[in-house]
Amino acid sequence: MGALPLSESCQNTVNTRDPSKTFDDAPRPLGRTGGPGPGPGAAPPDAPAPPPTVGAMGRRNGPRRRTGARPRARALPLAGALLLVAALLGGCATDPPVPATPGGGSEVDGSGRPVTLTVGVYGTFGLKEAGLYDTYMRLHPDVAIRQTSLARADVYYPQLLTHLTAGAGLADIQAVEVGNIAEVVDTQAGRLVDLAHAPGVEESAFLPWKWAQARTDDGRVLGLGTDIGPLAVCYRKDHFAAAGLPTDREEVGRLWAGDWRKYLETGRRFAGRAPEGVAFTDSASGVMAAVISGANPRYYDAEGRLVVATNPAVRAAWDLGAEFARYGLTARLQQFTPDWDQGFAQGRFASIACPAWMLGYIQDKGGPDGEGRWDIAAAPRPGNWGGSFLVVPAAGTHVAEAAELAAWLTAPEQQAVLFERRGSFPSAEAAFGLPQVRNARHPYFGDAPVGRIYSAAAMGVPVAPVGPKDGLVNTILSDTGMLQVDQTGRSPDSAWRAAMKAIDNALDR
Amino acid sequence: MAEDVVERALAPAVPAGGARRDRLGRLRSRAAPYALVAPFFLLFGAFGLFPLVATAWTSLFRVELTAPEAREWVGAHNYARLLTDEFFWNALANTVLIGLLATVPQLLIALGAAHLLDARLRGRLFFRVAALAPYATSVAAATLVFALFYGRDQGMVNWAIGLIGLDPVDWQNGPWASKFAVASIVIWRWTGYNALIYLAAMQTIPPELYEAAALDGASRGRRFWHVTLPGLRPALAFTGIVSTIGAVQLFGEPLLFSSGAGASGGADHQYQTLGLYLYEQGWVNLHLGRAAAIAWAMLLLLVVVFGLVRLGRGKGVRR
Repeated sequence: MGALPLSESCQNTVNTRDPSKTFDDAPRPLGRTGGPGPGPGAAPPDAPAPPPTVGAMGRRNGPRRRTGARPRARALPLAGALLLVAALLGGCATDPPVPATPGGGSEVDGSGRPVTLTVGVYGTFGLKEAGLYDTYMRLHPDVAIRQTSLARADVYYPQLLTHLTAGAGLADIQAVEVGNIAEVVDTQAGRLVDLAHAPGVEESAFLPWKWAQARTDDGRVLGLGTDIGPLAVCYRKDHFAAAGLPTDREEVGRLWAGDWRKYLETGRRFAGRAPEGVAFTDSASGVMAAVISGANPRYYDAEGRLVVATNPAVRAAWDLGAEFARYGLTARLQQFTPDWDQGFAQGRFASIACPAWMLGYIQDKGGPDGEGRWDIAAAPRPGNWGGSFLVVPAAGTHVAEAAELAAWLTAPEQQAVLFERRGSFPSAEAAFGLPQVRNARHPYFGDAPVGRIYSAAAMGVPVAPVGPKDGLVNTILSDTGMLQVDQTGRSPDSAWRAAMKAIDNALDR
Repeated sequence: MAEDVVERALAPAVPAGGARRDRLGRLRSRAAPYALVAPFFLLFGAFGLFPLVATAWTSLFRVELTAPEAREWVGAHNYARLLTDEFFWNALANTVLIGLLATVPQLLIALGAAHLLDARLRGRLFFRVAALAPYATSVAAATLVFALFYGRDQGMVNWAIGLIGLDPVDWQNGPWASKFAVASIVIWRWTGYNALIYLAAMQTIPPELYEAAALDGASRGRRFWHVTLPGLRPALAFTGIVSTIGAVQLFGEPLLFSSGAGASGGADHQYQTLGLYLYEQGWVNLHLGRAAAIAWAMLLLLVVVFGLVRLGRGKGVRR
């Protein structure tokens, strides 16, 4: 809306042609101001061109006006102007298009293979990067796999819903984040394929809670787990040593074993002797999310009712996060922003609750300077933060082949490869015993035995019910509520009320 | 009405001949203009009118993106609840405030810049193209750069005001600071565009008027006030309308201003505009009916604003 008056006004200011001269044998336009003028292709050669550019405007009016330019003085600025325009256009062309770019397909050309399967994912999902598609195509010469990717998960999900409800535009396999899986299972069950009995799927291979998260009430399983996000605490040995805390990962783990409040106490000890400009942790929201990730129930109870406002465990996590803010133990950063990235690079905080998938991120942002300074200790209590599923839309043309591929991609052996190459921790319990997982160590984090640490964390994760709006509630608690407590000093009670109001509005309650 | 005009315009063009040929020819020449304008109206119907009507229809239902086919008639409920929706009023207030913060300085600076560009100046062409450069830059690219400038810990703006001894400002979280920062992106992008429109209008003012005014002893200031400004009236009206529409629909700049905020417009929704709130309701909260109602409320807002302006102008003329 609003486009019509704008375009008309533009036409009126630009179109300076005399309408009577436009056509000889064709009917005249309706009037001087009515409707759009004829297209540029229709203009006869003798018609004066409308002034499309700045240069033309100056030239046309130049001789008559006191602003007439001297020819000699024009060359230089003109060249400069052209250069500027060229630079800008070049800049525009190479813009990283922030929202919604369908990413590249696979390098292997699908031509010649009878079946082409597409996999729709968000972010750098890892399946392609770990080489799993290539392996599968080697094993199945009749199948070609292409991947489409959207950079942002928050753009990906509404688009997936639109495609599902329209039954068009879908990939043969689609990724779904754990924060959305309950909603997908609740509302899209009729549009997805039951994978419980697909060839190659074994329920016993998966962690029971992961399996249950994608199961409908009538026992159909609509999504196969790829990875999970078991929780640990990553910490900087140099900062801990400077503050007089132990640096050995077993000793560090014992500092806060069993209770997140001990993590707070450790933080206060750290703050007393902290190096200049180094906070104990990155953000209050990060602490809160980590504490909630180990609670049972979390935002929904077993009957599927939203209990976020009344669940004491949520409020306790909130209060603990707020205490971190109150004592100034955080670097007051927001996770997944450029400032947070720089916080890693500059070592502005000494510890962070880190799910397995965050290790690669820390390594990426921390850079070579951080190598050997970081280490990993067990979290106070086990929890799970993040993870994904693969679903197979029923509207696809190769549903059986897609189900087979989804089963293969989520089988323990492939999950182990994904962990080895990409750090996404397996949701298949059967993968924990495979050597790639059991013996895995991470060189960037002082050769920490990540396989053992995260396996132990994964086994202790409580089986809490997931709800349809888990992801949304999580975002509002962190980015609307706790962010204000942390960054603007808003009182925890007032920010809590604001967050609850925002949740009620978002969930239409 | 339009037919009359067409017929009159066509009358001399119809060739003389047999009655049959005459009828055919008349038919053809009567149909031709419609055929020629048809593409526009077809496209407008598909991409302008249909979405407008479909949005209005959707706004009368309770309908979720997860199940668009399961809609429940609620009548005007989606509109009525806007009256008590504090997030809507917050977004409306933000839209008006950011609109004022952006539009007023933008048009004033544009007027001054046009005045300068109109005068003798070395490298004038360069400045004219440079004035348009921000307009040609993509919103996303520009906003991401501004977001870096306005960073709390590492931003150049805070570094600069630190040099003159001021405390750093939290440009993301400050209720006024964030609005000002978003408005500054709008000002940067659109000032040059408006300046060029003013410049074009200034160059159509006959120099004789300035000469006559100068002969009458008018100072530079009085010449600007009594000759330039009246000559710019159509251009002022045009830029005013376009800027107002742009301000009501402001979306890209606040969406990308903070990478952590998304459609929420900041932790306390401190720079969430109506456009962002619409997007949040539709594509984050998945409530299509409520989002559609917000879209129509935005259109009504524009209608009311321009209606008031018209009323006010009518009174002014009568006086």
